[in-house]
Amino acid sequence: MQDMGIKILFEGDHLIRLLEGMGVTLRISLVSAGGSVILGMIFGMLMMADHAVIRWVSRIYLEFVRIMPQLVLLFLAYFGAAKHLGWDLSGEQAAAAVFTFWGTAEMGDLVRGALQSIPRHQRQSGEALGLTKLQIYRFILVPQALKRLIPQAVNLITRMIKTTSLVVLIGVAEVVKTGQQIIESARLTAPDAALWVYGAVFLLYFAVCWPISAAAGLLEKHWGEEV
Amino acid sequence: MRKIRWTLAVIAVLAVIFTACGKKEKNGTQGKARTPDEIKENGEIVIGVFSDKKPFGYVDENATYQGYDVYFGNRMAEDLGVKVKYIPVEAASRVEYLRTGKADVILANFTATEERKEQVDFALPYMKVSLGVVSPEKSLITRESQLKGKTLIVSKGTTAETYFMKHHPEVNLLKFDQYSEAFQALKDGRGDALATDNTEVLAWAVENDGFKVGIESMGNTDVIAPAVQKGNDELLSWINEEIKTLGKENFFHENYEKTLKPVYGSSADPENLVIEGGNVQ
Repeated sequence: MQDMGIKILFEGDHLIRLLEGMGVTLRISLVSAGGSVILGMIFGMLMMADHAVIRWVSRIYLEFVRIMPQLVLLFLAYFGAAKHLGWDLSGEQAAAAVFTFWGTAEMGDLVRGALQSIPRHQRQSGEALGLTKLQIYRFILVPQALKRLIPQAVNLITRMIKTTSLVVLIGVAEVVKTGQQIIESARLTAPDAALWVYGAVFLLYFAVCWPISAAAGLLEKHWGEEV
Repeated sequence: MRKIRWTLAVIAVLAVIFTACGKKEKNGTQGKARTPDEIKENGEIVIGVFSDKKPFGYVDENATYQGYDVYFGNRMAEDLGVKVKYIPVEAASRVEYLRTGKADVILANFTATEERKEQVDFALPYMKVSLGVVSPEKSLITRESQLKGKTLIVSKGTTAETYFMKHHPEVNLLKFDQYSEAFQALKDGRGDALATDNTEVLAWAVENDGFKVGIESMGNTDVIAPAVQKGNDELLSWINEEIKTLGKENFFHENYEKTLKPVYGSSADPENLVIEGGNVQ
């Protein structure tokens, strides 16, 4: 009975399809994570701006993203945009847009927190040296903030990878959905397929998320020694 | 001075965003459904199906869509002379796919309820579901009246629960939150029989030795039909004609033989599930 279940993984195109599903998951999450990190940096600095209107607009954006469930945002981007704006985005495009939109806000807040945690005298010393605002960010604040940012940013990115399993609701078959399709198609021939297929899905997620965590750990250690 | 510049920058950005949105709204024709002619011109019909509901819509080991719904979808595309593109839908997103024109037709075991008829247009039905009762072969229940004073297992929130509460208060109901729990309870002998959609009990009885569906069809019959965007009359009447024509060659019985019989076995009666040519009795 047990070897019957594991066979399901090697039947037909099953393994390739699971890998393809993981590819979809990766494609969406890497594009969004990359976009979020870059845009999030800018957004984080905007949240620190002196100007009240900018801080206020950023605050509304952040709260909006926090309150809205990602699923609602996905439906808005996929169905809402098609209906009201005439933007016929593909499922993957809509997903990448939503996850970038979400990640930028979350990342921005992390950046803001990291920047604020840097003692005030650092900035003041920069000002005393006659550095411009941009130079203070470039040479003093960002390098120090980056280090404090890494653990939280990695946490956000791995969370993003896992949340992509929602995209099945806008017609994108990523790794979890592919797994469910395989389990269901084998319902009669291999009733215990679920254990094996979900096991494989677990390993695939692990294979993606663990190196990211490990790399972040190394980076943190490396920078920790440097400073 | 600095503050004014910042304010201007923010206003400019907002202005760009709003005009961009406004412009798109004017030529927003994407949400509109396509007529059969437009589909033919495009060369591809987009059909929303389930990808994990065997035997109605699922993906087989070679990554091809299969099932009762898909078999019909393939035939529709063939008769339109176009290629077919299946998109996987979930129960909750079926209506939205039609509303936004992201799918031409939904063939995802869509039950034609009054509530849904306000949101989409249903064509003629091609399948029906009603309640079925499964019980142990040793003490098989074949008539509703046999259930009197016995314990019947149902899942909460299903049509089976409402039906028996309304029409058969003399039957003791044992209720569960999930299907899997309910079926497990029947296996454990905590009830005399279990009632739910007949498609479910038929498939379950095949997988579980010692159990048989004694009542294959009872209660209210719901019909399952293809759905199109509300107001897409051209496509709707094309599908209706198609279903009538296919009825002459007994297409849906052939479909049953190919897709449902392997799952339900030879004991089930196709007349309890198949609607031919759109005629409900």
